[in-house]
Amino acid sequence: MSTATTPNLPAAKAFDYKSIMLKNASLLAFLALVVFNMIYTNHFISIQTLNVNLTQVATIVIVGVGMTLVIATGGIDLSVGSMMAISGAIAPLIFLGTAVKISEIHLAVAVAMVVAIGLAGAFGWFNGWLITRFRIQPIIATLVLFIAGRGIAQVSTNGNLQPFKVPEFQWIGLGRWLGVPVQVVIMVLLVIAAAWVLKRSLFGRQILAIGGNENAARLSGIPVASVKRWVYCISGLCSGIAGLVVIAINSSSDANLVGLGMELDAIAAVAVGGTVLNGGRATITGTLIGALIIQLVRYTLLSNGVPDDVAKLVKALLIVVAVWLQRQGRS
Amino acid sequence: MAKSALPELKPLLDMSDISKSFAGIPALRNASLHVAAGEVHALVGQNGAGKSTMIKILTGYVKRDKGDILFDGAAFEARSPQDAQAKGISTIYQEINLVPYRSVTENICLGRERRRFGLLDWNSMHEEARALMGRFKIDIDVRKPLLSFNTATQQMVAIARSIGFKAKLVIMDEPTSSLDEREVKVLFDVINQLKASGISVIFVSHKLDELYAVCDRVTIMRDGQTVKTGTLKDISKIELVASMLGRDIAQVSKHATAFGDRKGNTGELILDAKNLSAGHKVHDVSLSVRRGEIVGLAGLLGAGRTETVRMVFGADRMRSGEMKLADKSFQPVEPINAIQAGIGFSSEDRKLEGIIPDMSVAENLTLALMPQLTKAGIVDNEQQRKIVEKFIARLGIKCSGPDQRIRELSGGNQQKVLLARWLAMNPKLLILDEPTRGIDVGAKAEIQTIVKELADQGLGVLMISSELEEVIEGSDRVFVLRDGRNVGELTGKKITEAAVMAAMAHGDHLAPEENA
Repeated sequence: MSTATTPNLPAAKAFDYKSIMLKNASLLAFLALVVFNMIYTNHFISIQTLNVNLTQVATIVIVGVGMTLVIATGGIDLSVGSMMAISGAIAPLIFLGTAVKISEIHLAVAVAMVVAIGLAGAFGWFNGWLITRFRIQPIIATLVLFIAGRGIAQVSTNGNLQPFKVPEFQWIGLGRWLGVPVQVVIMVLLVIAAAWVLKRSLFGRQILAIGGNENAARLSGIPVASVKRWVYCISGLCSGIAGLVVIAINSSSDANLVGLGMELDAIAAVAVGGTVLNGGRATITGTLIGALIIQLVRYTLLSNGVPDDVAKLVKALLIVVAVWLQRQGRS
Repeated sequence: MAKSALPELKPLLDMSDISKSFAGIPALRNASLHVAAGEVHALVGQNGAGKSTMIKILTGYVKRDKGDILFDGAAFEARSPQDAQAKGISTIYQEINLVPYRSVTENICLGRERRRFGLLDWNSMHEEARALMGRFKIDIDVRKPLLSFNTATQQMVAIARSIGFKAKLVIMDEPTSSLDEREVKVLFDVINQLKASGISVIFVSHKLDELYAVCDRVTIMRDGQTVKTGTLKDISKIELVASMLGRDIAQVSKHATAFGDRKGNTGELILDAKNLSAGHKVHDVSLSVRRGEIVGLAGLLGAGRTETVRMVFGADRMRSGEMKLADKSFQPVEPINAIQAGIGFSSEDRKLEGIIPDMSVAENLTLALMPQLTKAGIVDNEQQRKIVEKFIARLGIKCSGPDQRIRELSGGNQQKVLLARWLAMNPKLLILDEPTRGIDVGAKAEIQTIVKELADQGLGVLMISSELEEVIEGSDRVFVLRDGRNVGELTGKKITEAAVMAAMAHGDHLAPEENA
C-alpha cells in the first residue's frame, strides 16, 4: 500500500502548481506577449504603441463588459454588433439635423448620444424579454436582432453613408483626457464599475446565482426574468456606447460596417479571459486581459510583417487554447 | 423457490449474483432476477434499490462487476442497448425516445431502413409499419408525423418499434406515468397481447394497482439486493410495501431516528390547503400544518408528494384548489411570493435545485436573505459574515470558513447550509423534501434534532421523507398520499408503521382522525 501511495504525493503538489498556472493562464499569456514584443518588436515601448493598442481594443472591451455579464447568467448575445450599427446610425441623424433640427450643437450631440445609447439598451431589453417571456434560447433570440438590427440601421439611414465632421461629438473617439484617449477612459470606467457590481452588489450576486444554478436561484426567490432582462439591456447599452466610439473615429457612419463581427470578438475576449461560457463564474478583468491578448497578438503579427488573414487564424487558435485550458481547470 | 412456483413455464432470463459498485459504493449486491417465457414480471423497489442499475446491466448500459446472465438458454452479454435489442431485449423508457416530427414509419424503421437500388424503399417500409401497428389493433396513417397522434398512440409506436426487432423480452420502465386511465387500459391490452404471443415483459412501476392488474410475478429489490420474489397472487399489497421498505410488519423498531416520539401539542393553523391539483401527478390533495407541528407527507414514489409541496411554494402552477396561509387566502405564482409570506423550501435534489456549486458557503447560505442584507443594492459583507458565522456555529457546519466553495463540502454539510438558507429567513413554515437523503448517519441525526428543536420553538414543518421511520417518529401528524390523492391522515399514537403502510398499499380511505 505504502509504495502505491507515495508516488502520489509529489503529483498532488505538481497539480497545485499547475492549477495556479491554469487560473492565471490568461494573465501569464499576456505578460509573455508583452515580453516577447519588448525584445522583438521595434519601438514597442512607446506611448504611441500603447495608445494605438488601447484605442483599438477599447470598443471590444466595452462590448465585452456587457457580454461578460450576459455570459455569466448562462446566456449569450449575438446582437451586439447590430446594436452598435443601430446606435451608430441613429446618432448622426440627430446631431446632423437629418431627423430632428436642434440648433444648439452641444444639446444636439447630447440628445443624439442619449437617444442612440438608450435605443440600443431598449433593443437589449427586448432580447431579454424574448428570452424570458417565451423561453427562447439566448443564441436564437439574439440571432433575431443580429439579423434584423443591421437592417433597421440601414433602413433608418436609407442605406446611405453619413460622413460628418463634428468635433463636439467626435471627442468620444478622438479626444484625449490627460493624454489618454477618451474611449480608453470610458473602457476603464466601465471595467471598474462592472467588476465592482459583480463583486459587491446584489445584482451581481443574482447574475452569478442564475448562471450557477437557475433552478436554485428561482427557488430562493431571485427574480430570474427581471435580472436577465437587465443584463441584456446592459449589453445593449454597452454596444450603444461602442457604436458611437466607432463612428467618431471613422468620421462617418456606415450601417453596413459598424460593429461588423463584433459579437465574435467580444465572445472571444470573454472566453480567452477565462469566463466560463456555461455561466456562474465571470471575470471582468479577465475579459479585459482576454481582449488585450487578442489585440496584442494581432499587433505583434502585423508589426512583424504577418498578414491580417494569418492573424485571424492565430486568433482562432487562441480561442481553442483558452477553451481547452478551461476544461483542464474544471477536471 | 421461484422456479418451482411456475413449473410449466420455461425460464427465459436468469440473472444471478449480480454485483456492481459505483466509485466504491455498492449499487447491487448479489442481486438476482428470473423471468420466465411469456410472463409479465414486476420489478419494484424504492429509490436507490437497484432496479435501474439491474436493467442497465441487462441492456448493456453499464458493465457488471460480477454475476451471470443467461438469456434464452445461453450466456448473455450486451455491449450496448443496441446490442441488447439485436439480441432480443428491448427497453421502453419513461421518456419516449422517438422522433416526433417524422412519420410513424420512419420512427419504426429508424436505424434499419430498407434500401432498393440505393434508395429507401418506402412502400415496403410503410407496409411493415402498418402490419406492426395492426398487431396492436391500431389502424392509423403511418405516413403522418408521430407528433400528430396522442401520447398513447405514440407509446404504442415505441412499443411496436421494440417488437419490430423480434424481441423476446420487453422492459417497460414506468410506462404508465404519462398516460391517462383509458390509455393505461390500452397499454394493458398490449401487454396481454405480448404475453399471448410468448413475449415476456419486465414491468417497472410504483403504482401497486397496476402491478396487480397486469403482472404474474414480482421481484422486490431493496438496498441493491433481491429481497423477495414470487407470484403476485400470493403476496398481499401490505407485504409488498413492507418488503420494499424493509419493514417487518410484526416488529416495530423504536427510536431509529433522532426525533424521539413527538408530543403533538401544537398551535393554530398556519397552512390550510384544500383539494389541490396540478399536472399529471396531483389530483386531489388536502393538508394542513399548525404552529409548532411537524407534518409528515408519506407515500410511495410517484404519489405526488413533491409536486404537492412545490405547488404550496409557488414553484409549480396550481390547477385547482384553495390555500390559506394564517387564515388569509394564499395564491403564490412564483417562489418569491411564498418566501415573502414566510415559507421556506428545501428541495429534494440538492445538486439540481439547491446549491450553487461555484458559490461560497456564505453566498449560498444568504441566497434568499440577500435582499435584506443590501443597502442601496450593495451587499453588506460585514453583516453577512456575522449571520453566516452564527449559522455555521449553530448548525455545526463543517467547512474551512464562510468563503469555501459549497461544492467542496460533504452532502450533510451542504444540506445544513441549505437548511440555514431558510432558517436565516426566520420562516413560519418550512417545507423539507427528503431532508436527510444521501447524507451520513451523523449528519442525519443532527439535522433531525435541529428540525425537532425548531418545531418546539413554534415553526411549522411540512416534511417529505421516503424513510418510514423518519416520517413516523418525526411527525405529529401524517398525511398519506397515493396516486395524487389523500388516502389517510394519522395523528399522534395512531401513527404506526402498520397504519402508514396499509394506507400506502391499499389506499384505504381511513376515517379522518378526530383530534382529541
